[in-house]
Amino acid sequence: MPVLQSATGRSWQHRSGRQRLIAWFGWLALVALVVFAWQVMTRDTIWAFVADAPRQAADIGERMFPPRWGYMERLWQPLWDTLNIATLGTLLALFVAVPVAFLAARNTTPSVRFVRPAALLLIVASRSINSLIWALLLVSILGPGLLAGILAIALRSIGFIGKLLYEAIEEIDASQVEAVAATGASGAQVLDYAIAPQIMPAFAGITVFRWDINIRESTVLGLVGAGGIGLELSHSLNTLAWPQVTLIFIVILGTVVLSEWVSARVRHAII
Amino acid sequence: MLRLEALTKRYKTGDLALKAVSIEIPAGQVVGLIGPSGAGKSTLIRCINRLVEPSAGCVWLKGLELTGLRRGALRRARRRMGMIFQEYALVERLTVMENVLSGQLGYVGFWRSLLRRFPPAAVSQAFATLDRVGLSAHVDKRADALSGGQRQRVGIARALLQNPDLLLVDEPTASLDPKTSRQIMRLITEVCEERGLAAIINIHDVALARRFMQRIVGLRAGEVVYDGPPEGLSADVLTQIYGEEDWSGTIQAGDEMAAEAGAPAPVPAREAVRFAREPGALAVALK
Amino acid sequence: MSGPRQTAALAVAPGYPTTWKRPPFIASAAWRYALYAAVLAYLVVGLGSVEVNWTRVWEGIPRGWAFLSAFFSPDFTSRGGDIWLGLQESLTMTLTATVAGILLAIPVGVGAARNLAPAPVYAACRAVVALSRSFQEIVIAILFVAMVGFGPLAGFLTLSFATVGFIAKLLAEDIEDLDERQVEAVRATGASWLQWVNYAVQPQVMPRLIGLSLYRLDINFRESAVIGIVGAGGIGATLNTAIDRYEFDSAAAVLLIIIAIVMVSEYVSGAVRKWVQ
Repeated sequence: MPVLQSATGRSWQHRSGRQRLIAWFGWLALVALVVFAWQVMTRDTIWAFVADAPRQAADIGERMFPPRWGYMERLWQPLWDTLNIATLGTLLALFVAVPVAFLAARNTTPSVRFVRPAALLLIVASRSINSLIWALLLVSILGPGLLAGILAIALRSIGFIGKLLYEAIEEIDASQVEAVAATGASGAQVLDYAIAPQIMPAFAGITVFRWDINIRESTVLGLVGAGGIGLELSHSLNTLAWPQVTLIFIVILGTVVLSEWVSARVRHAII
Repeated sequence: MLRLEALTKRYKTGDLALKAVSIEIPAGQVVGLIGPSGAGKSTLIRCINRLVEPSAGCVWLKGLELTGLRRGALRRARRRMGMIFQEYALVERLTVMENVLSGQLGYVGFWRSLLRRFPPAAVSQAFATLDRVGLSAHVDKRADALSGGQRQRVGIARALLQNPDLLLVDEPTASLDPKTSRQIMRLITEVCEERGLAAIINIHDVALARRFMQRIVGLRAGEVVYDGPPEGLSADVLTQIYGEEDWSGTIQAGDEMAAEAGAPAPVPAREAVRFAREPGALAVALK
Repeated sequence: MSGPRQTAALAVAPGYPTTWKRPPFIASAAWRYALYAAVLAYLVVGLGSVEVNWTRVWEGIPRGWAFLSAFFSPDFTSRGGDIWLGLQESLTMTLTATVAGILLAIPVGVGAARNLAPAPVYAACRAVVALSRSFQEIVIAILFVAMVGFGPLAGFLTLSFATVGFIAKLLAEDIEDLDERQVEAVRATGASWLQWVNYAVQPQVMPRLIGLSLYRLDINFRESAVIGIVGAGGIGATLNTAIDRYEFDSAAAVLLIIIAIVMVSEYVSGAVRKWVQ
């Protein structure tokens, strides 16, 4: 925020002229880019369909109500499967994510030059790919069912848990580690006595947080055949059974709210 | 018992922290290491048990040369050197007892330590040591529930449970109030006497050093500039160690020091952090 | 474990206990064992509910292997046209949806901040946020595809809607956490509501809003790779086709592109956030 000298004396301006010019140009470029992107995107859009959208929406809305409550008795089993996919998937992910996090953390990796980049690549690869895509792949490889869902959730969670956990490991108090190492403890003992107690709260918080997200994600995995309540959603959509779709939406909403509540309670108890 | 020969440390940044330091310490002697911040006191202590790898020179402990030791042998050697830290360095989320028992880790196999099944002798000694430092009422408390002075007592108990020959003590009173500082210094010198332990104690407070030490080593910019009895710390010597200043008050405080008057100088915790920030610092600890 | 370890062993200190047990995490033994039993029971029942068709898995192993090895010989060319088209759709819909979503999220976010909005506006805006956050993008995409037909426009609408919920919630929380003193200081000068928002609220919230926007851009790209599965355009459609036809070489190419773009965008957004602050 420079004070400028000008003919009228000193005047205060938020930014200097050059900076303002650059900022304006930047915004202009962004607007131009967005307009261009919009045109590329809507090249093949059939606007007649779009104009019809409000009527379609009203039509669907009308068909969705009232929900078909009797359908609920067929949803308990898929709901249980959904819970299992999320929970078992999270547990499975922990077995891989914990060692990977230790290999990725700058202060515990055996080799900053070779092992760490490999672990980070694994984490990025897992994080970049949505659990639905993992499920799509696994259904194609292993066939449809719960197993594909559990593995998909696990594969996505490895990156998430691994990243947050290795960041937690990098933030531990090094003097505690030093003190335990100075007693002549072995590497495994230092891990057990100095590092594990320090990352335990973060570890528990991250796990419950991811479990909560996994509950949400596992509700839709069935759309690609990986089990759970999404499978029923897929059937109902294919048969245009909108009242059933409504009930499934309500059940998903309830599950999500419940799992968020549980996760908030558990995290609160830990901290 | 402990002999340092031309011990030298150059950090990766190029800083020469220790310049060929040679000291010999007989069994049972308590040595105070004084000097300004950045003189290399913490580095010297950490080069002895190799929390910091020395660049050159030798460390002899009871006839064993430490700088060339491989992993396993180094761990066995570390058992003989108890270390006490500036900010206590207790594992905050473990109980007091677990912190004290961690002094035995070098003697106990991994599974026993994982299950907290330490040998009966170790457990009874841990109870006895906690009693000695005055903490028998706090055995099952978590370390972060204690006060500063109590935490440092746990740190002392942990070091003693190693059954060491030598104590390496890094600024034990830097985070404590004057009264607690004196109590902690007295406790350390007393247990050294009881068990015939040698000790190297980094200390910022010259008055405390004069009061409790048998011998003083003055360090400046990585070099030993004074080595002698505490009575020899004249104004000239202090100027040589710390630089120009009016030392008369500090010297008078000497034997009958008024602890309340000599507020401890703030010690940068950054120094400890620097060791941790060395790339791969913890990886070394894990090997 | 023997030999040298024993040499410095301690002697038992007479008069002191020789055993010690760490105080358990849950003090009541009954509750503790009930918890163990519950966890064990869940694992048994939960794992039991996973029916695995082992012959199908056995058949899948070579396919899985083919997929893994495809990562070392990805095929960018034979579906090059589809990949290029899908990528175009994904990138354009990510950008436009993020911008549109943020523009909509700002009024909603201000409305969802308790210290700024009147009660009815607050309730309405919170409802929008809750609705948008509760459903997965893919579910919303299904509805939008049903309304406006297949193609990237449905994807654009989906991502915009999801962005509104995400940004508005965090923005509202930020505004609620504002430094009261600065806000009061400007209000004390007699500024109007708009001036007040412009001078007291905006400068405090702006840097974080930029950071959040970049973060959301990142998320939207990842999601744009998914919603194609239900026909909402983007590279997900290409990926879906490739996987359905067991063309793992092309699928691997698409996945590598996604990973690369996510890595680049994470790096760029990290750099920009550092620059903004």
